Amino acid sequence: MNGNIIELVDLTKKYGDFTAVDSLNLSVKKGEVFGLLGPNGAGKSTTILMLLGLTEPSSGSVRVCGIDPVTNPIDVKKRVGYLPEDVGFYFNLTGWENLMFTARLNALSGKEAAAKVKSLIERVGLSDAAEKKTGQYSRGMIQRLGLAEVLLKSPEVIILDEPTLGIDPTGVVELLQLIVRLSREDGITVLFSSHYLHQVQQVCDRVGIFVEGRLIAEGNLKELSGKLFEGAPYVIEAGVSFDGIDLKNAKPEEWLHEKLNGIEGFTAVKPGRNGFNIECQTDLSAIISKTIINSGGGLYYLNKKEFGLDEIYNRYFEGGMLNGRRQ
Amino acid sequence: MAGGSDKSFKPALNFTRKLKGIISGSSGPAFYKADERIIHPFSVIVQKEIADHVRSWRFLILLAIISLTCLGSMYTALSSIREAIKPNDPEGSFLFLKLFTVSDGILPSFVVFISFLGPLLGISLGFDSVNSEHNKGTLSRLLSQPIHRDYILNAKFVAALIVISVMFVALGFLVMGFGLITIGIPPTAGEFMRIIIFLVISIIYVAFWLNLSILFSVRFRQPATSALSGIAIWLFFSVFYGMIVDLIMKGMVPQGFATENQIINFELFRMNLNRLSPSQLFSDATTTLLMPSVRSLGPLSMIQVMGTIPGPLRLTQSLLLVWPQITGLVAGTIICFVLSYISFMRKEIRSR
Repeated sequence: MNGNIIELVDLTKKYGDFTAVDSLNLSVKKGEVFGLLGPNGAGKSTTILMLLGLTEPSSGSVRVCGIDPVTNPIDVKKRVGYLPEDVGFYFNLTGWENLMFTARLNALSGKEAAAKVKSLIERVGLSDAAEKKTGQYSRGMIQRLGLAEVLLKSPEVIILDEPTLGIDPTGVVELLQLIVRLSREDGITVLFSSHYLHQVQQVCDRVGIFVEGRLIAEGNLKELSGKLFEGAPYVIEAGVSFDGIDLKNAKPEEWLHEKLNGIEGFTAVKPGRNGFNIECQTDLSAIISKTIINSGGGLYYLNKKEFGLDEIYNRYFEGGMLNGRRQ
Repeated sequence: MAGGSDKSFKPALNFTRKLKGIISGSSGPAFYKADERIIHPFSVIVQKEIADHVRSWRFLILLAIISLTCLGSMYTALSSIREAIKPNDPEGSFLFLKLFTVSDGILPSFVVFISFLGPLLGISLGFDSVNSEHNKGTLSRLLSQPIHRDYILNAKFVAALIVISVMFVALGFLVMGFGLITIGIPPTAGEFMRIIIFLVISIIYVAFWLNLSILFSVRFRQPATSALSGIAIWLFFSVFYGMIVDLIMKGMVPQGFATENQIINFELFRMNLNRLSPSQLFSDATTTLLMPSVRSLGPLSMIQVMGTIPGPLRLTQSLLLVWPQITGLVAGTIICFVLSYISFMRKEIRSR
């Protein structure tokens, strides 16, 4: 078991000629919040379906809680809670009735089921709406009800497929906080798929980036950005004013390059979205600002740029596309 | 005055609240009860499905239609039963069965109504059983629970079958009860058995259409498509199939000087073509059972008829006569079920 609750080895899923998931190797540790990140159609949902034994892999092996979902789907489903993308409930039943139904499918006795449903409805903050038909629920309420349902079976792992789809921003924050709290309080492993970078960034311990059926990178944010932006670990954004400077027909970035060239550790200047991106090996903000001002330039701002998932994602995604074309 | 009207209004309000509770089911299926029992997941689904059916407008409307037609046919049967009994009628001793088969020529009999409306009932209970779950996004949620996948399909079939059975048995017994009160002659044990078997065959007949519509609900994503395909097949068999068979047979009518064998073969071929239609099988089976004097479903030659004394068949003989029809209906039901089972088990269920 070596502490990994989900273990995928060379997992491949083909639909005819199309390879949805291509020799995927992935392991998720117990208690972790793992984010599967990727564009639509990257194979995230297919991977999730294989984890639950809802579809069979073409080759490779899956172990969830040490169990093979291909041969023992029921045992896996007892331990894994799954919130499908765009989940729905029976809209002619109330939230409470919907949860009772699921609880009894999980072979809970009536008494246990009633107690558990009540406490979970309180936990996800739906006490007032429990007696309302789910047809009247908003999207966010449906997702919270879905989360309550997932927790009904006291799972070891919960798998959330695009849980934040179609919810307004405040609802998203609430839901994500709820997920993190639940995971921390109960020690549940969470696997969470999304194509929204910021959400994944907020809650996940580790992220795997998925493009065209392949996991092209995994690790926490620091590791990922370290791996990816090796050449230039520091990028400083600078807003520079050139009022009263004679550029002598040179481009502004060339002028800047000339001025900064002497500094040790400096590598390049590139025009950025607003100002310039100055790439260097160490944090040179202090010297750069001094140099610019001494050369007669004006400085609007100087900003050390952190690599968020946005950049990581964009860069990997471009790479993936290129590789895809090359094949 | 105002207070007075208030007071008089309150009981009425209470009553409507109670009525609403009964309709919308404050007392729901057993799995809502907070007791110590653990119910098997399969029966949990069955309970939920039955509750869904019974509370759906669709079922209530069909129940109303079928009850009304049942009442109407009973009325005509009761008003024309006097003329129906002739002296020397071999079926004279089976007066009770006539309740189901006699009509005054204006309204069809109970059996005809069932053979016409039964398919509609079956189709309406099954046409959206799987695809609506898929469209609501509940199917993938259901599949991620620790239950076998076939539970869902089996439970849907069993639930609809239970609803149909309860309804038909209740209707059959209602007709019997009314008949008992009005004509005052109790049915014999043989008649009672015949009616029970008739009800069972009706249930199998509706189960065939139910399974056909479940098959469509697995195959087609849109409930409207699957409902229309079911209704199309029903209309084809109940309206057009007979015409098509007649059309084919017209070109094959034997010449005036054909031998006896040729004519018999022609008749047999025509009947066999007709028997591809489930409604033909159903009406063959039910008329034989409810009219004990029917002794053959195919053509009889003069030699065979000569010397026979007109008399009713025994129950076992009638059953023997319609055994192929019953087998055919059961086989059709099973084929549809197996097809939908295979296609459901192989289906990859993605969310919505």
